[in-house]
Amino acid sequence: MNKISEIFKNKKCLITYLTAGDPSLDKTEEFIVSLAKNGADLIEIGIPFSDPVAEGEVIQNAMARALSENIGLDDIFNMVSSVVKKISVPLAFMTYLNPLLTYGYDKFFKRCKETGIEAIIVPDMPFEEQDEIKEFTGKYGVTIITLIAPTSLERIEKLAKNAEGFIYLVSSLGVTGTRSEITTDINSIVSKIKQITDVPVAVGFGISTGKQAKDMTESADGAIIGSAIVKIIAEHKENAAAKIAGFVSEVKTAVNGSRRR
Amino acid sequence: MSKKGKYGIHGGQYIPETLMNAVNELEKAYGYYKNDKIFNAELETLFNDYAGRPSRLYYAENLTEKLGGAKIYLKREDLNHTGSHKINNVLGQTLLAKKMGKKRIIAETGAGQHGVAAATAAALLGLECEVFMGEEDTQRQSLNVFRMQLLGAKVHPVKSGAKTLKDATSEAMREWTRRVDDTLYVIGSVMGPHPFPEIVRDFQSVIGKEIKSQLLEKEGKLPDAVIACVGGGSNAMGTFYDFIGDKNVKLIGCEAAGKGVDTPETAATIATGRTGIFHGMKSYFCQTVNGQIVPVYSISAGLDYPGIGPEHSYLHDIKRAEYVPVTDAQAVEAFELLSRTEGIIPAIESAHAVYYAAKIAPEMKKDETIVVTLSGRGDKDAAMIAKYKGVNINE
Repeated sequence: MNKISEIFKNKKCLITYLTAGDPSLDKTEEFIVSLAKNGADLIEIGIPFSDPVAEGEVIQNAMARALSENIGLDDIFNMVSSVVKKISVPLAFMTYLNPLLTYGYDKFFKRCKETGIEAIIVPDMPFEEQDEIKEFTGKYGVTIITLIAPTSLERIEKLAKNAEGFIYLVSSLGVTGTRSEITTDINSIVSKIKQITDVPVAVGFGISTGKQAKDMTESADGAIIGSAIVKIIAEHKENAAAKIAGFVSEVKTAVNGSRRR
Repeated sequence: MSKKGKYGIHGGQYIPETLMNAVNELEKAYGYYKNDKIFNAELETLFNDYAGRPSRLYYAENLTEKLGGAKIYLKREDLNHTGSHKINNVLGQTLLAKKMGKKRIIAETGAGQHGVAAATAAALLGLECEVFMGEEDTQRQSLNVFRMQLLGAKVHPVKSGAKTLKDATSEAMREWTRRVDDTLYVIGSVMGPHPFPEIVRDFQSVIGKEIKSQLLEKEGKLPDAVIACVGGGSNAMGTFYDFIGDKNVKLIGCEAAGKGVDTPETAATIATGRTGIFHGMKSYFCQTVNGQIVPVYSISAGLDYPGIGPEHSYLHDIKRAEYVPVTDAQAVEAFELLSRTEGIIPAIESAHAVYYAAKIAPEMKKDETIVVTLSGRGDKDAAMIAKYKGVNINE
């Protein structure tokens, strides 16, 4: 079984996101520890990009703040090498392709393996373009996370069949960001996916409360929370660790309360 | 795995999963309608009776004599309805949107040429239109904002990033993911994910086709060079496309060098960029050593984009087309030259191409011919050029 899939064994998972370097890499490291100690089962680290087309304002602004500190991938890998010694939950990168292409795919995924990055989520790489990096993810054992959207329809079968680790089910149309209501019929998409594969399904985009996370994990195996955490960081900046801890443990408790599979 | 929409290593479909079905649906619809007699007849009527095609191929005799070399012809896309080549593409795409049952089109715009054209086509064909325009550009080109509103379009000032064309494009893509079912993103240039570069090129290729037949009629031979300005590259691709197989015809694209390719204030992608992945395509982009897209600069808002269409990148790679940088100062010089010698005020974008034609014409023989595509008219630029020259026109 894939290492990432293992975290979903016998439990509903909480996946959390934050942007590397917002407000600084030292703080990112501290926040990752806080997320891990308070119930995150997997942590997505966003690599900042100047023009993130799949992100809403909250994550766009976080990436802009991180880039104003002029951090590069080497700095991010150094932070990862340090933080993995303090936590045991798996880490994934969320990144657009261009910074990787520039850094060099081979070097990038080699360093992922060396530092302990298990998976990669690439919002501007649909299934049809996975050839771009597959040679290298295969070589270094990094899992490509497949995204499925409410608009995927007849594509679901092809996507689910080829998925590994977990499936990132995009809850809503549009970009990342908190939403007061999620109107997509998540249950029916999840059950469609479940007919095709055993790979766990986690729902993301728009989830900002324990209640929403609990609702999503009634049918799905996990909930992904990004913008809500990034908002806390934007508001409390270097003092955000305690607030993050409180928020994540509350959401985790809610997720634990969902019906088991 | 699919290799569709690739131009050598360039092109592709680097977009969020949410948009994949939309581009597949568009590809299928376009695949059908491009061979549909009724669609093509309707489009031809729109081109001819509404937009004023075919555009004239004008022999610039005064300019030719002044320069004393090759004969210079001007392809007058500036005489089209709405004042630029942009109308060709929007009529095609908006008609396609209507055939696909879409209710709404969205578009990005820099200076406002594409936005105005999109608003025009939407008004004509009865679709809703929303245009994304960098906040900076809405202030610099407030007249165009009003024109779009007059045509019934809603203009969204984009406040993210550098607040210019690149950010307007990102925001239009984001909007498409928000509302994809009833909306077509009418992209303004030969860029973005497949099938957009192909669709926009096909609708613009009327330029090169007309040049070919018009020049054959006037000169009895093909041109020695065709020259066009390149931002994303739609008028250039439209100009070049029919000549790609004619190996003796030089294809020359003029990029906006801004204050010079050795300064950071430039938009010359081929001269200063590297291969990257952005806005749905692999192509050349102006970027930092860390792969961040950089804000670019040109006096011309229409060429102020950090990338170039993937087919241009391919034509550059295989050395079929040549891309040359032209600075602000050189473009302004050509803007004045053409105004005074021919009584034609070109768009500052097109003036980049005029500059290069004027540069190489004297080195060519008198029986050789150059065709320059005048992509648009320069009325929109008059105030800006006055400001550039320090003339107070009390606007």
